[in-house]
Amino acid sequence: MNITIELAGGAELLFGNQRKHEVTLPESDKQWTMATLLPWIRDNLLQERGELFMQGKSVRPGILVLVNDADWELAGELDYVIENKDNIMFISTLHGG
Amino acid sequence: MPTECVECGKRAILKRPKNRKALCKDCFYSVFEYEIHETITKNRLFKPGETIAIGASGGKDSTVLAHIMKLLNDRYDYGLNLVLLSIDEGISGYRDDSLETVKRNQIQYSLPLKILSYQELYGWTMDAIVKEIGMKNNCTFCGVFRRQALDRGAAMLKCDKIVTGHNADDIAETVIMNILRGDIARLGRCTSISTGSEGMISRCKPFKYTYEKEIVMYAHFKKLDYFTTECIYSPNAYRGHARTFLKDLEKIRPRAILDIITSGEDMAIKEEVRMPIQSTCQNCGYIASSELCKACIMLDGLNRGRPELSIGKNNKRKKILKMTAEKAKEAGKNGKLNGANAVHDISVSQDVENMF
Repeated sequence: MNITIELAGGAELLFGNQRKHEVTLPESDKQWTMATLLPWIRDNLLQERGELFMQGKSVRPGILVLVNDADWELAGELDYVIENKDNIMFISTLHGG
Repeated sequence: MPTECVECGKRAILKRPKNRKALCKDCFYSVFEYEIHETITKNRLFKPGETIAIGASGGKDSTVLAHIMKLLNDRYDYGLNLVLLSIDEGISGYRDDSLETVKRNQIQYSLPLKILSYQELYGWTMDAIVKEIGMKNNCTFCGVFRRQALDRGAAMLKCDKIVTGHNADDIAETVIMNILRGDIARLGRCTSISTGSEGMISRCKPFKYTYEKEIVMYAHFKKLDYFTTECIYSPNAYRGHARTFLKDLEKIRPRAILDIITSGEDMAIKEEVRMPIQSTCQNCGYIASSELCKACIMLDGLNRGRPELSIGKNNKRKKILKMTAEKAKEAGKNGKLNGANAVHDISVSQDVENMF
């Protein structure tokens, strides 16, 4: 399954300053959900300070998540089932304004 | 199936933190802009003909603020002259880049821009200050200097008011910080939408009730050009704790942010509580709670090579200065030291050092 992961608002600083990542998720018997995608991103894409990306099983509060350019709070958050060609975006609000 | 907008049935893109309503892009833009307009008119923030300085850092809040002020001024005919005012703290690699963003905003919104530097105002850049004092307390210096710099810049541009991009999350954070610090005077001030005392240029916060989440979403969907990076000097740790706490609360119950602001506003202070009296600085005329304003005290410390003396309680500093003066006087009597110089040379006393 191929998806796009985008980072903005300062979240890209944790990912080697790269804003866009085209990734292929490994085949799995179970469905990929946001709950399984987040730790995968942390273990495979994140370059530094994992504690600034995740808190418990979810993203750190203050990081906004968009699934196909819409608020993930409308899509079931961690329960959202990832589909092929999805675009998942993380925008940090934790940087200065 | 995608969620529908509760207003018009189109594909929703955002769940509003304040009321959990799902909105589409257009309905979100219109309610976001209208609510800020309402805040401005209900609180009578501006009068026609006024010149307003927009404190612009290039970050998300002030970029959205510049965009919204320009948009509302045109749409509702406020009759305001808007100018962008940026402060260059002199932090290489951080402020250089964000000022580039402000320069682009100047063109995008066709607004005049004034950049005022710490170097021009105080003779010190933040880089030089950090070299002198290290990474401890540097945010305190920067904060005090920035506040005054905005006022001075606005005065130079003959502005009637300053608007800043402080949002609901920022204000709720400040309420929590002031409660934890027991700073009653600031607790009273920090929730006011508009502040200003005699002779000072008033400041207001049109985003007082605007959630950070919505500001960031607005900037994202409108593709506004803003700058994001962390200041290269350590982030303000104390605010960081308040922020983490607030974001955790927001996750559980997003209304908490507005409720904390209301609690801050409703906090009653007993009549017998003695509040600090505000006066003006004998040196520069700026608002102060003692003979000298905080910026002048800090500058004095920097220029003497003893910046640590300008941090902390004022009466402690006075005590030290008095003690040093007495020591110097005594030393002068004994002919060991030149009295006149000793008064200015705080480093004469080892006891002073031990007080910290």
